[in-house]
Amino acid sequence: MEVKTASFEKTSADTSMTVSGAEAVIKCLLEEGVETIYGYPGGAIMPVYDELYKYQDKIHHVLTRHEQGATHAAQGYARVSGKVGVAMATSGPGATNLVTGIADAQIDSTPLVCITGQVGSHLLGSDAFQETDIVGISTPITKWNYQVTRAEEIPEVIAKAFYIAKSGRPGPVLVDITKDAQFASLEFNYKKCSGIRSYKANPEVDLIQIEKAAEAINSAKKPMIVFGQGVILGGAEELFKEFVEKTGIPAAWTILGLSALPTKHPLNVGMVGMHGNYGPNILTNECDVLIAIGMRFDDRVTGNLDHYAKQAKVVHLEIDPAEINKNVYADFPVLGNVKETLKALMELVKPNSHKEWHNRFKELYKTEYKKVISRNLDVNKQDLGMAEVIQEININTEGKAVIVSDVGQHQMAACRYSDFTQTRSNVTSGGLGTMGFALPAAIGAKMGAPEREVVAVIGDGGYQMTIQELGTIFQTKVPVKIVILNNGFLGMVRQWQQLFFDRRYASTEMTNPDFVTIAKGYHIEANRVTDRTQLKDAVKAMIDHDGPYFLEVKVEQEENVFPMVPTGASVSDIILE
Amino acid sequence: MEKKNFTVSIYTENNLGLLSRIAAIFLKRHINIESITASPSEVPEVMRFIIVVEVTEEQIKKIVGQIEKQIEVIKAFYHTAEEMIYQETALYKIKSSEFLDDLNVQAFIKATNARIVTVTPKFFVIEKTGKRNEVDELYETLKPYGLMQFVRSGTIAVTKNEMPITGILEKFNTTNSIS
Ligand SMILES: Cc1ncc(C[n+]2csc(CCOP(=O)(O)OP(=O)(O)O)c2C)c(N)n1
Repeated sequence: MEVKTASFEKTSADTSMTVSGAEAVIKCLLEEGVETIYGYPGGAIMPVYDELYKYQDKIHHVLTRHEQGATHAAQGYARVSGKVGVAMATSGPGATNLVTGIADAQIDSTPLVCITGQVGSHLLGSDAFQETDIVGISTPITKWNYQVTRAEEIPEVIAKAFYIAKSGRPGPVLVDITKDAQFASLEFNYKKCSGIRSYKANPEVDLIQIEKAAEAINSAKKPMIVFGQGVILGGAEELFKEFVEKTGIPAAWTILGLSALPTKHPLNVGMVGMHGNYGPNILTNECDVLIAIGMRFDDRVTGNLDHYAKQAKVVHLEIDPAEINKNVYADFPVLGNVKETLKALMELVKPNSHKEWHNRFKELYKTEYKKVISRNLDVNKQDLGMAEVIQEININTEGKAVIVSDVGQHQMAACRYSDFTQTRSNVTSGGLGTMGFALPAAIGAKMGAPEREVVAVIGDGGYQMTIQELGTIFQTKVPVKIVILNNGFLGMVRQWQQLFFDRRYASTEMTNPDFVTIAKGYHIEANRVTDRTQLKDAVKAMIDHDGPYFLEVKVEQEENVFPMVPTGASVSDIILE
Repeated sequence: MEKKNFTVSIYTENNLGLLSRIAAIFLKRHINIESITASPSEVPEVMRFIIVVEVTEEQIKKIVGQIEKQIEVIKAFYHTAEEMIYQETALYKIKSSEFLDDLNVQAFIKATNARIVTVTPKFFVIEKTGKRNEVDELYETLKPYGLMQFVRSGTIAVTKNEMPITGILEKFNTTNSIS
């Protein structure tokens, strides 16, 4: 008897038909409800592209201008829609160009299925033209990967790929398909995967752990919540809001948790970590119970672990058992999908308001406002500040936009100052900090949420890492709004050089091209703001424009991002200037 | 925390890429693998890796967490030496001339429960199965006689306590209706 290592759902229509491996790939995608995929053709994946041509009325293939762009676009799509993003590439260089996006998706838990073509199976291991061991290369950066060498394997492997990518803690999966497997035929009969025996997507909820956690929360005098993307991935935003409101506990977010709770919610106390808000960082080291929800204590969040929340009992709600006690010891670990664990916890926690404790956050906010925020937003300083631009975008989009940010100072400005009223609105490269992420991710985000305004906020450095995706925008007419905050520097690195390397600006100053002309070369409507007086009208014109739009804003060259927890310092040693 | 020898037992599906996935978990943390073996386990179609490393208990807990996270890993366990029954096998190749001349060696081999597996006019091959340190001791004894070759297997081990793999697999079969 064959050993059953995975379970599959019954098919609705039990009619199998003979198709090629390449056609099977497309049929699998359709069965999984995929409407849009991002990719780039080449020799080893040509049979699949030939089928894409035949199925073009059913599945929309977006030709990005670089395979990295395809992965980031698929990520943007997945992040806003909650669906699995799909990217496709040929073997060799096509496959290796996917690597950055896959690594980014792995560290930020984004569900992706990447499909790569591979040389014929008889050539494997012969250093054939465009043969690269992409399965070997992608092993440490994928949740799962597999090389298909026989056409019959395709339906089951792709079904597993989707199941693994989206279940439990999501992540990227790569399926490499040899060219002969694409040409060969098989009896096609698709069954969605519903379980894999060696993989537990959702750990069972232990009610005893929940009770203990509830007790700790109920007896806390100075509790604080830090929430991460787990709240969004678990679809637990509403529940989380109820939890926060019932317990009255101040809630701070990690960069990936941002937008799970509206920015202006009275219990939202801002961001934790390196460039987070003053209050939550200082009070991390004063709270008596720290409730971590769907977050993983990244070092950018914790600063020096030896001085991180040592006085607090830690409650950790987490889906991935490997995250428990990885960086911070959890006195009360609560394993499970937060949607389930929060629900169970909700019934046991007592209503509270923690008024005085909450006032501490308010006081510290006042300090931060005086020293940092009011300066960032000050309209009387000479040059435009990044925060002013974000503020203007907030006004024009009424907090309803998806903000896609790249990596650097502008990213911190975008996260700190954006006003979010809806979940899945903040798309940024958190764990990997991938410059070049935002432009392609914005394309995917707009396609994943076409009814929403999507604004990409990018630095002049990161923009030039994937600037070729303007071609994708031109070709697809996807109406994304692109804002470049141009400070003429690799700003974040320059800031570190200023603060920690005695202003030795090694290779951080950039001679930039005429960005407006470049956008216009792609027939994208474009404008430039060089002075504060032009900002209001320019942002309004951009948002009002029906179609893609490019706006370059010249900002202060040597502005620094504060507050800041210097590397190696404790979060409560956060500096304001 | 003090570093100790830990034996990690990993039950997995029989998947091609799994060895490099597991090895990468150690590599990434600069942890030297002292010994590694892979073989079919007591459960049909299930593989078992046995990896010996010297780390702290805190490290091994995290490593096992990362290993279990791999999709095709059914379950991973870690044990200290005291919780295991383990053996290694080694082969020692020695010049016949040296060997025949010295009666001490022959006596020693007998005393340590080693075995002569091959005798040729040019060389002898001795086999020893036992604990790591026993294999080491014989190595030290034979070294002065001019070892032509020496090779040792990885550690193979069974635990004193049960590792409930069959239960885990059965649970999957009963909760997922076969289709
Ligand atoms: C691919 C990549 N290379 C290098 C870095 C290191 N890095 C982090 S921020 C930064 C500067 C970004 O400059 P820019 O895009 O102009 O944004 P700004 O900080 O000026 O807002 C660099 C080089 C990175 N994060 N990603």
